[in-house]
Amino acid sequence: MIRVVLPAHLRTLAHVDGEVTLQVEGPVTQRSVLDALEARYPALRGTIRDHVTQRRRPFVRFFACEQDLSHEPPDAPLPEAVATGAEPLLVVGAIAGG
Amino acid sequence: MSSIRVLVGTRKGAFVLTSDGKRRRWEISGPHFGGWEIYHLKGSPADPSRLYASQTSGWFGQIIQRSSNGGKTWEVPGGEKIPEPYDPPGGVSNKFVYDTSSETGKPLTTHQWYDGTPHPWEFKRVWHLEPSLTDPDTVYAGVEDAAIFRSTDGGTTWHELAGLRGHPSGPAWQPGAGGMCLHTIVLDPTDPKRMYIAISAAGTFRTDDGGKTWKPINRGLQSLYIPDPTAEVGHCVHRIAMHRARPGVLFMQKHWDVMRSDDAGESWREISGNLPSDFGFPVEVHAHEPDTIYVVPIKSDSEHYPPDGKLRVYRSRTGGDEWEALTKGLPQNNCYVNVLRDAMAVDALDPCGVYFGTTGGQVYASADAGDTWAPIVRDLPAVLSVEAQTLP
Repeated sequence: MIRVVLPAHLRTLAHVDGEVTLQVEGPVTQRSVLDALEARYPALRGTIRDHVTQRRRPFVRFFACEQDLSHEPPDAPLPEAVATGAEPLLVVGAIAGG
Repeated sequence: MSSIRVLVGTRKGAFVLTSDGKRRRWEISGPHFGGWEIYHLKGSPADPSRLYASQTSGWFGQIIQRSSNGGKTWEVPGGEKIPEPYDPPGGVSNKFVYDTSSETGKPLTTHQWYDGTPHPWEFKRVWHLEPSLTDPDTVYAGVEDAAIFRSTDGGTTWHELAGLRGHPSGPAWQPGAGGMCLHTIVLDPTDPKRMYIAISAAGTFRTDDGGKTWKPINRGLQSLYIPDPTAEVGHCVHRIAMHRARPGVLFMQKHWDVMRSDDAGESWREISGNLPSDFGFPVEVHAHEPDTIYVVPIKSDSEHYPPDGKLRVYRSRTGGDEWEALTKGLPQNNCYVNVLRDAMAVDALDPCGVYFGTTGGQVYASADAGDTWAPIVRDLPAVLSVEAQTLP
């Protein structure tokens, strides 16, 4: 199972506490994880990725294994530790606005 | 006995204020959606338990919330958690995509940016939600960059009425300081095909065919901040208001000037009269007296606070030109708050209740048509919108 940690406001929106676990078929990438996340929690559609472009919203970041993966291609494989469930993918609201 | 529900949108959440018909003691619930900007929330005239809210965030974008019990609980339409195995998800209530289809849409053009260069239309947020007068599942949304959308399934899916954005004058529209927003939607209670909207800074438009085609209705407006002060479009209209019993008469608070039209917007005349300043944001009409109107004068467009540090609502009982200051219960020294365009409302009781919220977080109420005021609550986040529901 893939583990995803959402920022507080998106946990509230999705009505979840703590980590989210997801079953992802095929390669574990940003796109496949976010597709599974949005399929399970439709209220999150459009909040992490733009509806039209499917690109990451500017003030949302993706971290895992102490790396910033925000600028990785969406179809690039996520770290093995994320794919195995050893480490979570962190969806983070960027510090902005003071 | 009737009761009142006041819906307050703020920079950091929504609040629901309720009272019996005496309007002396209030209960306050909230914050709902704490931490999010709530530009507007409004109840359906056809079913007062049905509320819609526009929830936005610079991080996570637009969310539409809906309540079916007067704000006790809320849901994202179409956003319910889907158990495994996943079913296909339903509609997407925060998907506001401009309609560029060949059948019903208009090509995506540019509008003017602040520096005068062309800038592509980009959806940013919903400023105003206007539920249908007759169907709880139909609601209109005024958005930034300026366009109007309609949902007929309770906010679950949205479709742009693209004839407005596609008006030939579109490339000349430009943003006001708050963005290029469609912030006012007024429905004609006697003609379901007639609507009025206002855009900062393009002006006022009317449709007589249910939103297919739109006509700029800005004749009589004079705006010294645009190259041609009497241009067909380009005016920074802040808000328009109508009395249900007299839908052909409109009142307008413009960037500067308070205006009136007696012919459904075909022409306007200034009614600022003896106001201490004719700059301001809201304008509202008394529930039972179509010629009694309210504004909150603000010193200037660069000083967004009341003249002389005195928070005064001005009331005209003559449909404009002659105004009286309403001060009893309002701060009359050292007050430097603003009252934003959607932050004033009236209830339908007799005497008429009047409500407004400030950028300082106060919500003031008058249960006697403005003669006296008292704060319902003093320390909310900056108030963006106020709506009042009169419940049986």
